[in-house]
Amino acid sequence: MKEFTVKWFAAYRDATGLEEQTVLSAAQSPAELYAQLILEHEKLAHYTRALVAINDEMASWDAPLKGGEQILFFPPVAGG
Amino acid sequence: MSSATFNPNSFFIADKAIDRDAFQADLQDVTCGAFVLFEGWVRNHNDGRDVLQLEYEVYQPLALKEGQQILLEALDRFDITRASAVHRHGLLALTEPAVLVGVAAAHRGAAFDACRYIIDEVKTRLPIWKREHYADGGTEWVDCRKKPSATE
Repeated sequence: MKEFTVKWFAAYRDATGLEEQTVLSAAQSPAELYAQLILEHEKLAHYTRALVAINDEMASWDAPLKGGEQILFFPPVAGG
Repeated sequence: MSSATFNPNSFFIADKAIDRDAFQADLQDVTCGAFVLFEGWVRNHNDGRDVLQLEYEVYQPLALKEGQQILLEALDRFDITRASAVHRHGLLALTEPAVLVGVAAAHRGAAFDACRYIIDEVKTRLPIWKREHYADGGTEWVDCRKKPSATE
């Protein structure tokens, strides 16, 4: 199992009730980690999966995870 | 933003009312015959509901980085001289500008095209979220909920 720091924003923060959490997971990618966390935070299922960043860089959902990363899950953005 | 702190070719996040004159002044250039300014304003309705105010949440480290990247792309792709943008965060009242994009160029065609490019990219790439506060007392994060028709 690897340890990750997960940060939630906007609608996701409301859905999880958390700004940040530490997660133990065997996930190999952000997609796998998100799928695991939906089971923990059922309200997330009401929201669209959108963008992900790893250590403050935009990333793809299948980017490889080593453990120790900070994973940022972004709801659909709505600037402007 | 209070004073003329808008260096040209830069992306900014502002936590107070945007000083439009200072923003525009820093984009002036004697080689430019065209200046295009886009402003996004807070309007009083969305999806059939009456909106009273808007709240913007911004993840600054990435918004600044990605915003700067968008400006560099525009400066690279279009025949323009200067381009800047500023986005608000926090609580905004109706009619307040939420975003400004300014582009200066020798000629108007490239200035219009680049301005359109920048605002379109800003709306889809920056980690910025908008929560509407409605007249009926509710609030909602815009475009975040799955549509009823979604099968995922």
